[in-house]
Amino acid sequence: MIQVRLAARAVDVEFQAAPGITTLFGPAGAGKTFILDAIAGFAKPDGGRIILEDEILFDGASRVNLPPRRRHCGYVARNWALFPHMSLYDNLLFPLPGLARLERRRRVKEMLGRFGLEEAAPRRPHAVSAAQRLRATVARALIGEPRLLLVDEPAAGLDIAMRAEWHTVLRMVRDETSLPVLLAARDLDTCFELAGNMLLLDAGRILQSGPPRKIVDHPATAEAACLLGIRNLFPAEIVALDPGRNTSRLRLAGFDASFELTGQYLPGRLRGDRVWLCVEPGRLHAAPQDGARPSMNQVSVRLERAFQTPVAVRLEFAGGIVAEISRPEFETHKDSGDNKEWLVEFPPDALRVLGCP
Amino acid sequence: MPIAAYPFLLSLRYAGLATLIAILIAIPLACLLARSRSPGSDLLDAAANLPLVLPPAVTVYYLLATLPRWPLEFNWHAAVAVSAIYTLPLLFRMARAGFEAADSGFENAARSLGAGEWRTFWRVTLPLTWRALLAAILFAFVRAFADFGATAIIAARAGTGWLLLPVGALALAALYAGNRVRRGQELA
Repeated sequence: MIQVRLAARAVDVEFQAAPGITTLFGPAGAGKTFILDAIAGFAKPDGGRIILEDEILFDGASRVNLPPRRRHCGYVARNWALFPHMSLYDNLLFPLPGLARLERRRRVKEMLGRFGLEEAAPRRPHAVSAAQRLRATVARALIGEPRLLLVDEPAAGLDIAMRAEWHTVLRMVRDETSLPVLLAARDLDTCFELAGNMLLLDAGRILQSGPPRKIVDHPATAEAACLLGIRNLFPAEIVALDPGRNTSRLRLAGFDASFELTGQYLPGRLRGDRVWLCVEPGRLHAAPQDGARPSMNQVSVRLERAFQTPVAVRLEFAGGIVAEISRPEFETHKDSGDNKEWLVEFPPDALRVLGCP
Repeated sequence: MPIAAYPFLLSLRYAGLATLIAILIAIPLACLLARSRSPGSDLLDAAANLPLVLPPAVTVYYLLATLPRWPLEFNWHAAVAVSAIYTLPLLFRMARAGFEAADSGFENAARSLGAGEWRTFWRVTLPLTWRALLAAILFAFVRAFADFGATAIIAARAGTGWLLLPVGALALAALYAGNRVRRGQELA
């Protein structure tokens, strides 16, 4: 278990991480790498406290600041940082200087076997494959038996195969060790696939924390929804609330004043409240207008762009509305093409209301 | 010993020792300042670069002028000390650039793996930067070996017993030119 409270010029966070993978997710500049560096001892925060298994690693008030070598935190850097002038074998030997020679060899051999690196061991990092470099980096970080693993995921350079390899290695670490792992993740797939817990970061603050699925399904604020890449965020005003019929009516800013959406009742909200309305693109229904009049929760908008994604066709409409429909469905409407009026329907059960704008 | 070999060997010794002194000061300082972000580091950097502002001969002149009780007399030691002073900023600048070009992520990785600063330097920093350091040392040596300005001042004050190569070469050239003029006058 690690407990972290950090205060620095652009970072102010407090969290705990239990064994298992906890991801720090956020845009570039959110403070992910700084947090990892502060825990590892490479960066010094202005204040706060870091406690790892009841040992204080850093305490701003009592001026405790253990050097990195005494923190026992494994660190996987963004560029792997395997020493280029040493073979993979020597890289793995590096963290074990104090042990007896036979013990060092035994542990290196065991780790090489565990990560499938026996053949690549005598070669230097530039002479092995990217996947072997990746595994060697994680093996080197683990061989010294750290109490915590800090992983800064590479921002770029992971193709699909490497990403799969990366996930396999991290899953192995998660399942075979009881270490807390803090992972600075740059894509949501990694969070979903590996993490039990996720911290959503922006500008050095934690916006939301919890299981990844819960955060994505229920973003606390519009800011959090934006960071998660959720489309269709609209400022809206509550114009009517009817608890008896369990309904509410919302007016979207930026659209025709007569366009109002009917949704479920919003407990805890008042008439006149300004909120953010959020709808997943896949939940919208879209079809060419073909002279039909908009009915309830439907709006007539111009299709600006349509492009294919690996699983569906994404339609971008005027007013910032984004909808996704299946490819066969789009084929049936192909004649409608771009720059035609479409009817987009907002199903009442798809409407999610977030905090104030 | 042939007369031409003496200045050459003397210059080798003189430049070699001056470079060694500069190495001992400049490389640790460059390593320290390349990784330091403290306010005093800029001041130290400026101080180390100060001799670069003036030509070597002028640096020597001012050193002698402002330090009337200069502890070293005009002898072999003075020559080495002065040469080390104006070689130092060159070595410092190049070594610092070498250290800064090396990715500090490797050093951080070593520290996180339990290595102290000393082990990190010998096992990681030095193997990653030795080419840049070697180039800097060679450049500093060549500079100390071939410099004329400071050497000429020292040689002028030290007498012919301390004839270094650049001054010796100049003296030889002057002698050769003088002979040609004299021969021309005889022919006329």
